[in-house]
Amino acid sequence: MMRFVLTMLAALLIGPVAAFAQDQEPLHITITDGVIEPLPFAIAGFIPETPDAADMASQLTQVVSNDLTGTGLFREIPKSAYIQNISAFDTSVKYSDWQAINAQALIVGAVSMQGGKVAVKFRLFDVFSGQQMGDGQQLAASPASWRRLAHKVADVVYSRITGEGPYFDSRVVFVSESGPKGNRQKRLAVMDYDGANVTYLTDASTIVLAPRFSRDGTKVLYTTFETGFPRIKMLDVATASARLLPEVPGTMTFAPRFSPDGSKIVYSMEQNGNTDLWMMDVASGQTQRLTTSPSIETSPSFSPDGSRIVFESDRSGTQQLYIMPVAGGDATRISFGDGRYSTPVWSPRGDMIAFTKQNQGRFHIGVMRTDGSEERLLTSSFLDEGPTWSPNGRVIMFTRETPGAQGEAALYSVDISGRNLKKTPTPGPASDPAWSPLLP
Amino acid sequence: MKFAVKATLALSILGLAACSNPDKYGSGAVGPGGALGPGGAGGITQGSISDPNSPAYFKQTIGDMVHFTVDQSTLTDQARGILTQQASWLVGHPGYTAIIEGHADEQGTREYNLALGARRASAVQEFLISQGVAGNRLRTVSYGKERPLALCSTEECYSQNRRAVTVISQSAMGS
Repeated sequence: MMRFVLTMLAALLIGPVAAFAQDQEPLHITITDGVIEPLPFAIAGFIPETPDAADMASQLTQVVSNDLTGTGLFREIPKSAYIQNISAFDTSVKYSDWQAINAQALIVGAVSMQGGKVAVKFRLFDVFSGQQMGDGQQLAASPASWRRLAHKVADVVYSRITGEGPYFDSRVVFVSESGPKGNRQKRLAVMDYDGANVTYLTDASTIVLAPRFSRDGTKVLYTTFETGFPRIKMLDVATASARLLPEVPGTMTFAPRFSPDGSKIVYSMEQNGNTDLWMMDVASGQTQRLTTSPSIETSPSFSPDGSRIVFESDRSGTQQLYIMPVAGGDATRISFGDGRYSTPVWSPRGDMIAFTKQNQGRFHIGVMRTDGSEERLLTSSFLDEGPTWSPNGRVIMFTRETPGAQGEAALYSVDISGRNLKKTPTPGPASDPAWSPLLP
Repeated sequence: MKFAVKATLALSILGLAACSNPDKYGSGAVGPGGALGPGGAGGITQGSISDPNSPAYFKQTIGDMVHFTVDQSTLTDQARGILTQQASWLVGHPGYTAIIEGHADEQGTREYNLALGARRASAVQEFLISQGVAGNRLRTVSYGKERPLALCSTEECYSQNRRAVTVISQSAMGS
């Protein structure tokens, strides 16, 4: 596993003192506000400080810019508009030159190759306040991990300006699809959150469904038909080795999800046509039944503190969302709108539940408070399903499938305000995304 | 970060799996049209559809498939008629076992549809048992919405996809 050296350069990087700081609120975007205009920023650099860092510098600059503009919250000012030429990392920032082109934020960075590693340093300036935002930072990684360096830089910029947690340096496990609709081939794959660096984790020899990361990102649970029947498999991400979880003969098991501490797995088991929720201790394989209803209980998800489970059940006659204590027992229904609700996923911040809603022939991705209040639908299409949260709980990725014999699935993301709906690039059709935690 | 890709081809040994290849929907081994197309599922369609002892008779003359209404697993009168004949055939041909596949249309979320398909397969299994077929000759599996038979996105296709298929094979069932 790669490691970042994260060094505060406070002493080195005390920027030129802003003698005439304007009377201005500090730079800030509040995501839940009705932001219409993306915040304009300039990115002067990354400046190559060793001759062999030139290519890396331009690639890093591009990824940092793509991360920020990809949120829909930022807009990059074209370099052709720049007035000041910042040719070295320590060049004094002439704020008036950046104010003149209405750059609200300025990123100054530099890249060098040092002992086989890529070293990056950067500073962020609040142009209209005339001061540096936070300390400068320096990071280093192997050349193969250069995109992670860029994501880390963009994460710092994003976090400082929005006040939200970072999420660019993360991965997504998903199902890569090929072949005709009636005989779809499915493989597990993992990629960077933005679709880069796709790696396949299984071959296409059997149907695989709905992978989910452990909270530490080291393991993935998924459902496989490799025995001929749906069963849960646990995969070690670093080695791609996987093992089937123990099962009761004659049953089907699916819809697994890890507890926050990774010690337990909640999942659905079908016996004699009835599907209930069960809990398995990962180390011992011991199981405990959580529901005993003749209805379908599936798609369970833990609260981040591990104390409760949200799940879907059709015990009322249609699929609805319920929350119960982690040991089972009385469940409280939280969905009461029109239509049916399914695939609930607890947000990493603990404040919201994302879900799929079917109503009047359309599918939606939505969010609600954990008590069912403040329901908001973020998307609408022929078939949207299976939301997964970004590590900071601000963006949701999901599957969107188009209708008809030529219909295909793709991954889309949307922020929790309903803005910035966009397709995540994948090598081919793709479904069932699950976001990793922020990488270490 | 590096991921080694490892093939996961090893099938678990199931008594049931011996001849019937329950993973027939995997790649490569699937014949044209999957289980339901010509030559699918290990040649069980051999024989004449007019020979009452042939698997082809079971599959095509009696019919190996029943259909369901939206989001339901209740057997219709038509389904009961077909299943009564299936049961009678299975009782008369004790050398055969069956896997009952439950399927759903695409108008539902993936995991719910797996559970719904299991309900449908189980409804068929229970009916066959009620008609005298030994329970240990039957097993169920659900494919949810993963293997539609008809590919359009209208009720005309959905009604064909909400199905349970009794796939017979001439193999010893594990105890």
